Amino acid sequence: MAKIRDMIPAFELLQPTSVEAAMDLLDEHREEAWVLAGGLDSFDWFKDRIKRPSVVVDLGGIPELTGISEIENGLVIGAMTSLTEVERHERIRAEYSVVADAARHVATPQIRNQGTLGGNVSQDTRCWYYRSGWPCYRAGGNTCYAAAPQAMNREHCIMGRSRCVAVNPSDTAPALIAVDAKMIVENPGGPSVYDAEDFFIGPAIDITRMTVITPRDLLTRIQIPATWANAEFYYEKVRDRASWDFQLVSVAAAFRKAGDTIEEARIAVNGVAPYPVRVEAAERIVAGTSGDEATAAAAGEAAIEGARALRHNDYKIPMMRNLVRRAVRSVA
Amino acid sequence: MAEKLIGTDIAPPDLHAKITGRAKYAEDFRAPGMVFAKLLLSPMPHARVRRVDASRALSMPGVIDILRADEVPAREGPREAVLTDNPRYEGEPILAVAAVDEETAAAAIEEIEIDFEPFPFVLDPLDSLRPGGPNPYVEGNQFSGQDGWSEFKWTEADFATIDAGEMPDPECPVEWTKGDPAAAFAESALVLEETIVHQSLTHHPMEPRSNMAYWEGDRLFAFVSTQSSQQTKFALAGALDMDPENITLVSEYAGGGFGSKIAGTTIMQLPAIFSQKIGRPVMLRVTRYEENYIGRARPGFQSWLKMGFLENGKCNAIDLIIVQESGPYGAGDFNTAGMIADLTYTPQNMRFRAVPMYTNTPPKAAQRGPGGAQIISMMEPILEKAGRELGIDRLEMHLINAPRPDVRFGPRDNSLTSVHTVEALEQGAELFDWASKSQLSGQRNGSKVTGVGIGLSPYTAGSRGRDGMVIIRPDGRLYVHQGIGNLGTHSIADTARPAAELLGFNWEDVVIVWGDSSRGYPRSTVQAGSQTTTAHTRANRAAAEDALRKIRAVAASSMGGSPGAYRVDDGRVSGPGGTMTLGAVAQRAIAMGGEYDGHVLPDDIHAQTVPAAQMLAGAGLMGIARDNFGGEGNIYSWVAGFALVELDEETGVVELKEYVGVTDCGTVIHPRSLGAQVFGGSIQGMGMAMTQRWVFDPKWGVPFANRLYTARPPGILDVPPDLKWGAVGIPDPQDPIGAKGIGEPPVGAGAAALTCAVADAMGGRCLCRTPLTPDILLAEIEGREQGFGRLDQHIG
Repeated sequence: MAKIRDMIPAFELLQPTSVEAAMDLLDEHREEAWVLAGGLDSFDWFKDRIKRPSVVVDLGGIPELTGISEIENGLVIGAMTSLTEVERHERIRAEYSVVADAARHVATPQIRNQGTLGGNVSQDTRCWYYRSGWPCYRAGGNTCYAAAPQAMNREHCIMGRSRCVAVNPSDTAPALIAVDAKMIVENPGGPSVYDAEDFFIGPAIDITRMTVITPRDLLTRIQIPATWANAEFYYEKVRDRASWDFQLVSVAAAFRKAGDTIEEARIAVNGVAPYPVRVEAAERIVAGTSGDEATAAAAGEAAIEGARALRHNDYKIPMMRNLVRRAVRSVA
Repeated sequence: MAEKLIGTDIAPPDLHAKITGRAKYAEDFRAPGMVFAKLLLSPMPHARVRRVDASRALSMPGVIDILRADEVPAREGPREAVLTDNPRYEGEPILAVAAVDEETAAAAIEEIEIDFEPFPFVLDPLDSLRPGGPNPYVEGNQFSGQDGWSEFKWTEADFATIDAGEMPDPECPVEWTKGDPAAAFAESALVLEETIVHQSLTHHPMEPRSNMAYWEGDRLFAFVSTQSSQQTKFALAGALDMDPENITLVSEYAGGGFGSKIAGTTIMQLPAIFSQKIGRPVMLRVTRYEENYIGRARPGFQSWLKMGFLENGKCNAIDLIIVQESGPYGAGDFNTAGMIADLTYTPQNMRFRAVPMYTNTPPKAAQRGPGGAQIISMMEPILEKAGRELGIDRLEMHLINAPRPDVRFGPRDNSLTSVHTVEALEQGAELFDWASKSQLSGQRNGSKVTGVGIGLSPYTAGSRGRDGMVIIRPDGRLYVHQGIGNLGTHSIADTARPAAELLGFNWEDVVIVWGDSSRGYPRSTVQAGSQTTTAHTRANRAAAEDALRKIRAVAASSMGGSPGAYRVDDGRVSGPGGTMTLGAVAQRAIAMGGEYDGHVLPDDIHAQTVPAAQMLAGAGLMGIARDNFGGEGNIYSWVAGFALVELDEETGVVELKEYVGVTDCGTVIHPRSLGAQVFGGSIQGMGMAMTQRWVFDPKWGVPFANRLYTARPPGILDVPPDLKWGAVGIPDPQDPIGAKGIGEPPVGAGAAALTCAVADAMGGRCLCRTPLTPDILLAEIEGREQGFGRLDQHIG
């Protein structure tokens, strides 16, 4: 079959106005249904005619999925809340600034206006072999083109590989892990609540998905518990271009301090594995210290333990090490 | 007194339409019965179509027809046909299908069964130069019109030298020498030898090369995306082997071209040919994905450079070898690169060698500052390195080496009409505050290191001898007929100003006629090589002088007195016999006929001007003339770019903090537009140096980074909001207006200021390759192994 790109094939567009109606549609159409949030990832797939769902369930008309509300023990963010709203929300900026920071680093203002928090965490990988429609493991084939000896893989993973070497592209994912966010996923059996770090899955668990979401599931809300409110935060995203770019490596961290001592830390890195990586070894090193230079250096080294480069991405090892080091250093 | 027009900010007349979305680009046009075509692109870098079965596609409802390679003009040798059964790059158009709507055409393409025989391919020219290496064509890797195809290889010994990291001494098909480089190097106090790689990268104009065409009898109506207007009509006529006067070419707006749409595009032939076959208008909307392949690219260079310097910092010798990645159909950047190296560093002793190599990568073409931008971004850091080693301030290095008015350059000792590089550097140094900023070099702030750099970049900036045509109609307005294109540079309006000013018109009474060849144009330049400003301020000035002579003659014949005693201003002509409006003069000119209203034309105007002038004869008082102002030497403009960056040694990220671009481009016609050109070109160059890339998988021969988000050209959010620009503003003495073009030199300045500033932040270490992405810089800083070889191309 000859290849055509940049032309969206026809599909049936379903526009439910309630979560309940959306769930019914997902139940009815199962594997045939594609859930559409802001469309930044979806339309790329559709335009390239690589993902060709027959039914698209557009969540854009469901008011209960948008907005940020305050609850007794933190905040609840509707999955369809725009990244701009997350970025600008006063309480998020004040108490969970790492989340606002991460949202602010997504792509461009236009994309943040259109893109949603739920969509940002649900994005598929941007591995260009996979996105070009090559029949790789993740696409149901039996090879990984990006791991081949001559492959162009500067943007691929240095850890967590399992046949696939792609990385998770989400900017907000590590920040949500840092604040220990809970992802609330509805399905016909009722809601399931996942810790953010468990929401993202690697190829060893399921090579065709980036998250726990399966057909009939709907990510409806992201809850930020108050546990980490007003902690000290750090967010940094290294990218090739100052705007409209995915990360090469990003880090998000939260530190709870008592005086000069770090009591507890949560540090997550993205762009280094097929899923955002929580670097618990580094967190353990940091706990009980002041975050001094030696601790920072040790945390950085611990973070890259076991990292293994492909041909073109060896730089990600020092980049990850340095970002973790900087995160720790930032609270010293 | 009519307003002063030259040197003032006047919004161009098309701006409102652009801002409000009313501007019609090629793909916005429609025609009754129009159908849509879609292309089938080659999935392989080098192959032969063995079999096509389109039966299922053609039986789909709504599908009209298919167009195959044997139905379009064939091209022999390394020349591009609009469709081919012998694709030489991934993405080359093989065939097209037309259908009643685009979705049907796309679905039909997917139903076509096509079978290819794959051939060996070449992405990296050095692979093809190696003994026993693959060739990009079945017939070989070099072509001459006289001898046809042959195979050209360097020797094992050459590659032993190259693989040892040294400059080889290979046979090169292009070679020239000036002075005595060997003797000069022996006298040099410092000789630097470097291996440099400059990437190939796509043009990515905002508007892809969409176009539409239909026929009415023998007349072709073509709606195209092109940089030039009148010359595109002739190019299309040539490609289709038809009478240009049977073409109506419409191109009101072009969303950029950067050299990839100079006289239109190859693909513009397709709707015309397809429409002729099926008898219906055909629209081909080219997508961003397709544009990545067929939209042209800047040739990449792999290069060895030896540069000698005297103790006082003067460059006294250059030995330069360029291997150019030319794509399947060739490109000429290497020649310009050699010329510009000689011009910018004035070594007096230079050997230049080049090997343009065909490759199975998408076609190459001039890209804004072709050859110049590459060589400047490659060589400026070496000049600055020499300054460091000799203990000479880097600004001083640029000043010492910059050409003066008596410069002679290139193998034929070309001269310049004017050059004010010293003034540009000095003005830039002041605006940038080089004296203070250069002190910040190497300053640390945490993990961040400051670097500053300067890029001095020339490019051709004008041509002579075009025709101008203006008409003052009885409505009293001045109609300036502009056969140049409208690609966002404001040239269509700005080059009309000298005519309006000479004839004393207020701008509101000036009508720019452009965008549709049926409106009639004089012989115009292609809008390339930054020629337009010079060429058409001159031509319009010449036409206006002719009009002025005729106005005076008409006034004198109507009101008495001598023509020379009459003056024009504010839409009137006044003299001893009284005053007439220019509308009345136009009416009178029509009555007088002959040369006054264009019924008799000057003998020396170009044959391409004549049909337009004949069509417009009798419409008013016609000023029509060839630019006979003359002049000697090449017309070049310059930009001196100054950059301050911070390099984060822990991430490899470079942040541009400050940039200043000062240009020597003669008289400033339109300050705001000039500033936009200096910034736009500089930012494009910064992208070339830092972020933009093209990546090919060497095993499969296909490019990635084929979307804007992966190719990463810079945008306005990627630079500081307070970039500064300036202009020397000294008129070119050989020119009646004194203005020189500006489109191209900023690219090299922006790129080189960045490559120099990054090298400075690296403590003087030059990586000598582009793009300087964080991965490459961080690996270098950390002393880690890069995943690619020193001379590898296409690694991004």
